[in-house]
Amino acid sequence: MKKEYDVIVVGAGPAGSTAARFAAEHGISVLMLEKDRDVGYPVRCGEAISRAGVAEFIEPDNKWINAVIDKFAMVSPDGTEVVIPLEDIGYILERRIFDYELAKLASNAGAEILTRAYVNGLIIENNKVCGVKYEFRGEQHEVRSKVVIGADGVESRVGRWAGIKTYIDFRDMECATQITASGIPIDQSTCYFYFGKDYAPEGYFWIFPKGDTSANIGLGVSGMTGRKRSALSFLNDFMEKNYPNASVLTQIAGGVPCVTTLEKISAPGIILVGDAARQVNPLSGGGIASGMIGGKIGGTIVGEAVKMNKLDHILTYDKAWHDRLGKRHEIFDRIKNGIYNFSDEKFNNIAHSFNKVPYDKRGLGNLFKTALFNNPSLLVDVAKVFLVK
Amino acid sequence: MIEILPDKCDFCGCCVGVCPEDAIELKEAEINIIEELCTNCSKCIWACPIEVIKFNRNGVGKGNDEKRI
Ligand SMILES: Cc1cc2nc3c(=O)[nH]c(=O)nc-3n(C[C@H](O)[C@H](O)[C@H](O)COP(=O)(O)OP(=O)(O)OC[C@H]3O[C@@H](n4cnc5c(N)ncnc54)[C@H](O)[C@@H]3O)c2cc1C
Ligand code: SF4
Ligand code: SF4
Repeated sequence: MKKEYDVIVVGAGPAGSTAARFAAEHGISVLMLEKDRDVGYPVRCGEAISRAGVAEFIEPDNKWINAVIDKFAMVSPDGTEVVIPLEDIGYILERRIFDYELAKLASNAGAEILTRAYVNGLIIENNKVCGVKYEFRGEQHEVRSKVVIGADGVESRVGRWAGIKTYIDFRDMECATQITASGIPIDQSTCYFYFGKDYAPEGYFWIFPKGDTSANIGLGVSGMTGRKRSALSFLNDFMEKNYPNASVLTQIAGGVPCVTTLEKISAPGIILVGDAARQVNPLSGGGIASGMIGGKIGGTIVGEAVKMNKLDHILTYDKAWHDRLGKRHEIFDRIKNGIYNFSDEKFNNIAHSFNKVPYDKRGLGNLFKTALFNNPSLLVDVAKVFLVK
Repeated sequence: MIEILPDKCDFCGCCVGVCPEDAIELKEAEINIIEELCTNCSKCIWACPIEVIKFNRNGVGKGNDEKRI
């Protein structure tokens, strides 16, 4: 361990590891600190991702792919199932291994990694972030850097310490719980989504196949719903009703910030990536791919800035992110707000009318078009993100 | 007073994400409310997916007011 690094990354999730890797590829010194004992564990994720989302970063490998997905099944409150073929395949990951592999790529690029290192403060001098304070095996340490990359997930505090307002309105937080269970006889190439007030009001309920008879079964509800009823109580009801004899292998809780990216994701000496920057797709709640994209953009810009010895360059990260995905997320957020308060009756009607569409003509774009047929401005948004290629 | 039941907590960070006052400290398997910062706004209670945080009118540790609101 050195006393000073060019870059310190806080948090070794997909966003942090990707940022560390792309920064280190500039031949600069990078240290990544992770509070947990293991990179990649515990897994707080449904583990679904598109093939393209993975392939930009790492060659797909069966050792961290549990299932290959070629269709979605949307289940409406009255049980009507709408099956939609995917244009491109998707994967259900084994993130415990996947996250580890991403960290190894960072390490191969030259980054140092330290686990069990809990970051509990920043070194700030002349209004610029100059390093971090952290606890390791009960002892307090400090390490300096030219730039800190906050990749500390939904629980991010690093940005707050630098004066960036990162907390998320409880109404925008999808409060989630999930089990991985075996003895679930579902089609292993389908991701199932359930909608409606009995499953997950202001959110959705999912079953994603994990290989053999295993599946990730969970849901997220807005904090607004959480005021009245917890995610856990919905999950318990579902399991009792549908799979009372399933074996539960893992049980987790988690939060997904389903909202547009923070207004500001860089400041002197610091940038934020991944969930810490609110880079999750607000419509799907997917944050693995978008976090890696944020990490790549951020890590690259930080690498360039250090290399050129022009640290102000990191402030161009906000625009680079907004051009690549941030603006798209604003559209996804509007669509989400357009649909997430639908009544059960409305969901049922959409399912009934969409099931009349011939199978080979179905796509997510068409589905949202059916759902929002009487909302012209959102139809334009749907066309922008789903239909125009 | 806000009280987290550490035996039931999953250390997932959902509550930390919604706390407007930065009043929750979360380590690998340890969670604390920083009482000087907490305003008892209850947002963490609503956000906790597995009902681990309680509002306790009689002070920390009594556990006799278990309403979610
Ligand atoms: C129940 C659930 C289901 C989900 N399902 C999906 C899905 O199917 N598909 C999808 O794409 N996304 C899904 N997501 C979202 C996805 O998991 C996240 O968006 C993604 O993990 C974000 O990556 P990240 O690197 O930003 O943060 P994380 O993966 O959360 O990593 C942050 C890391 O920082 C560490 N850390 C935090 N604070 C500190 C500190 N002070 N010091 C040191 N280290 C620290 C943490 O321990 C953690 O390892 C789901 C989320 C949940 C909760
Ligand atoms: S949201 Fe609940 S389970 Fe998650 S860390 Fe907070 S108290 Fe624990
Ligand atoms: S009650 Fe409000 S201020 Fe106190 S810890 Fe919970 S969210 Fe933070």
